[in-house]
Amino acid sequence: MQEKAQPIGGPLFTRAYNVLLLIAALGIGLTLWRFAVGLGRATALSDGYPLGLWIALDVVTGTALACGGYAVALVVYIFNKGKYHPLIRPAILTSALGYTMAGLSVAIDLGRPWNMWKIPLFFWDWNFNSALLEVALCIMAYVVVLWIELTPAFLEGSTKPWARKTAAILNKALIWIVALGMLLPTMHQSSLGSLMMLAGPKLHPLWLTGWLPLLFLMACLAMGYGIVVFESIFSSTVFGRKPETAMLINLQKIAAWGGLIFVGIRLLDLGARGQLSDAAHLDRFGTMFWIENALWLLPLAMMLATPRPGLGSLFRSAMVVLLAGSLYRFDTYLVAFNPGPGWHYFPSVQEMLISIGLIAMELAVYVAVVKRFPIIGGMKHAH
Amino acid sequence: MNSDRRDFFKGMATAAAVAVVPSVARAREKKRPQSDAVGLLYDATRCIGCKACVVACKEQNDLPADTRGYGKGLYDAPEGLNEFTKNVIQLYKDAGEESYVKKQCMHCVDPACVGACMLGALQKGKYGIVSYDVDKCVGCRYCEVACPFNVPKFQWTKAAPRIVKCELCRDRLAEGKEPACTAVCPRQAVIFGKYTDLLDEAHRRLKDNPGNYVPKVYGEHEVGGTQVLYLSHVEFEKLGFRFDQQESVPHLQQSVQHGIYKGFIGPVALYALLGAVVFRNRGKSDDKES
Repeated sequence: MQEKAQPIGGPLFTRAYNVLLLIAALGIGLTLWRFAVGLGRATALSDGYPLGLWIALDVVTGTALACGGYAVALVVYIFNKGKYHPLIRPAILTSALGYTMAGLSVAIDLGRPWNMWKIPLFFWDWNFNSALLEVALCIMAYVVVLWIELTPAFLEGSTKPWARKTAAILNKALIWIVALGMLLPTMHQSSLGSLMMLAGPKLHPLWLTGWLPLLFLMACLAMGYGIVVFESIFSSTVFGRKPETAMLINLQKIAAWGGLIFVGIRLLDLGARGQLSDAAHLDRFGTMFWIENALWLLPLAMMLATPRPGLGSLFRSAMVVLLAGSLYRFDTYLVAFNPGPGWHYFPSVQEMLISIGLIAMELAVYVAVVKRFPIIGGMKHAH
Repeated sequence: MNSDRRDFFKGMATAAAVAVVPSVARAREKKRPQSDAVGLLYDATRCIGCKACVVACKEQNDLPADTRGYGKGLYDAPEGLNEFTKNVIQLYKDAGEESYVKKQCMHCVDPACVGACMLGALQKGKYGIVSYDVDKCVGCRYCEVACPFNVPKFQWTKAAPRIVKCELCRDRLAEGKEPACTAVCPRQAVIFGKYTDLLDEAHRRLKDNPGNYVPKVYGEHEVGGTQVLYLSHVEFEKLGFRFDQQESVPHLQQSVQHGIYKGFIGPVALYALLGAVVFRNRGKSDDKES
C-alpha cells in the first residue's frame, strides 16, 4: 500500500544545510558584484562566445533536468498510469525549483534585465520569428503553472477557510493547468533546439539540423525520466523512505529505448543530408558526437544486460541518461558552436561560483520544502 | 495500454513528426532586396588602409578610442569590430599577398539578427538598413550568436550595456548626407549608393578589369545576399568572410518553425487534445497490466 505524501520533518539547520546556505550566499554576493561591474569583468564571455555557462548549463541543461514534472505528468495523466502519482509531487517541486533557478540565471545573464518585463507585456512588439521569444514567454508561463500545480501541497495542512477555498478552486481548474503543464514544455523545450538553428553555419553540421526541435524534446523527456529515477533513489536513501523500484525501472526503460531512437534519428538524418563523413572525421566535433551517442546507447545496453537491476545499477543507469542529455544540449550550445578563429571561452571562476550558488540555493529550498510540506510519499523504513 | 489508446498515440506521434519534419518542400520564400535598398560597395584594390573611415565613423557615432593593448592609451587602433568600433580597416598579409578589408554591418537582405531579436530592437527598416533600438533590447545577445559575420557587439565594460553596430549613418541619410565612411574616403574605395546601382557598378568593374579581381561580387548571393558588396583581388575567405552558402541563415529555422507554428493551430490543437485526454482519464486509472 502507498502511504500519502507527508512532511519529512526533523531539524532544518543541520551542518550540511548551513554549508549549502553559505555557498548560496557567496553566489548572491557575486551576483550583486556582477551587476555593479558589468558582464565583461565578471565573466569570460566575449562577442564570439556571447552565451556561456549560465545559458548552456543553468538554462538549457538545467531546465531539461527539471523536466521530471513534465515527463511523469505524461505517464500519469496521458498514459493514465495513476499508480505513478506518488512520483508527481517531488518531480513537480524539482521542476518548479529548476525552472525558477533558470529564470534567475537568465536575469543574471541579460545585459539589460530591467527591460525583461517588456517581454510578456509589449505584445505589439513581439517578433514571431524569434525562437527565443517563444522560449522566454513559455518559460515565464511554465514557472507560474508549476508553482500553481504545487500549491495544493502547501495548502493541505492548513485548516483556514481561504486555504480550503483556494484548494477547491485549484482542484476544478486542475485539468487545464495540468494540460498547460504539458503543452508549455513541449513548446519551449523543442524551441530551445530551434534556437540554435539560427547559429546557422557557425554551428557544426553534426548538430545543425532541422530535427533539432525533436531531438531537444526527446532529450528533455529522457532526462525527465532519468531525473525522477535519480531523485527518487537519492531521496529515499537520504530520507529513509522505501523507493518505488518497479515503477522506476519502467521509467528508466522509456529513457533507455528513447536513447536508441534518438541516436537512430541522428544517424538517419546525417545519412539523408549526406554528411555521415563529418561523423567519421574524429576531430573534437566528431569525437564529442560519438561520445554523446555512446552515452545515449549505454542505458539500453545496461538494461538489456541486467533486466532486473538493483537500486545501485538503476541509479547508475539513470545518471548515464542525465549525462547523455546534458552533454548533447551543452555541446549544441557551446562545443559545436564555432564563431571563427581567435575566439575562446572557458567560464570564469565567478561564473562557476554563481552557477554553483544557484544550485545550492535550489537544494536548500528543496530540503526545506520536503521537510515541512507533504511532498514525498512512501513508507518509512523499519529500523 | 489498450489498443485504441495505442492508436491514439501513434496518431499523435505521426502528427508531431509531420509537423517537425524540416519541410523543404513548403519552405519559406527567398527574400529579395527591398526596392529602396541602399548600401556600400567596397573595392579592396582601391583601399590604401588610411583608416580615415574608421576615424570618421568614431566621430560621427561618438565612439570612444579603443586603446586597449597600447599601454597608456596613446594610440587608437582597434583590432576589429568591438564595443568601441562600428567600422574597421584590417590588413591581410601572407606570402606575397596582401589586402586591406573594411568591416562593418553587412545589412543583410535576410538578417539573422533581426530573426533572433525578441522585441524587434533590431529591425530592417527604411532603405533596408538594419537599425537598433535600445529601449526594446534586453541584452540577451542572441543577435551575436546568429550573425554569420559576427557584427553586433555588446558593451562588456558597461553596467548598462547596449548593442553596438553600424546603422549605415541613418541619421545622416535623413539629412540628405551620405554615410561618414564613404564621405571621407580619399580613393572612393568605399562608395555609397542605391543597391542596384552598386551591383551594376561592381559587375562593370569585374568586366572592365577581370585580371584585377577574384571573379565574384561577395554579398550578391552569399548568406542570402547583403546590401554591402565587396570586390577583392584576394580570396574572400582570407579576408575573413568564412561563409559562401547561398541560403540565408534564418531560412532553415524559419522554415521549420513556421511549419510547426503555422497560425498557432498546432499548439492550440495539442492543448485541446491534452486537456481532453486528461479529462477522459480523470478518476479512472489504467493500471491493470504490469
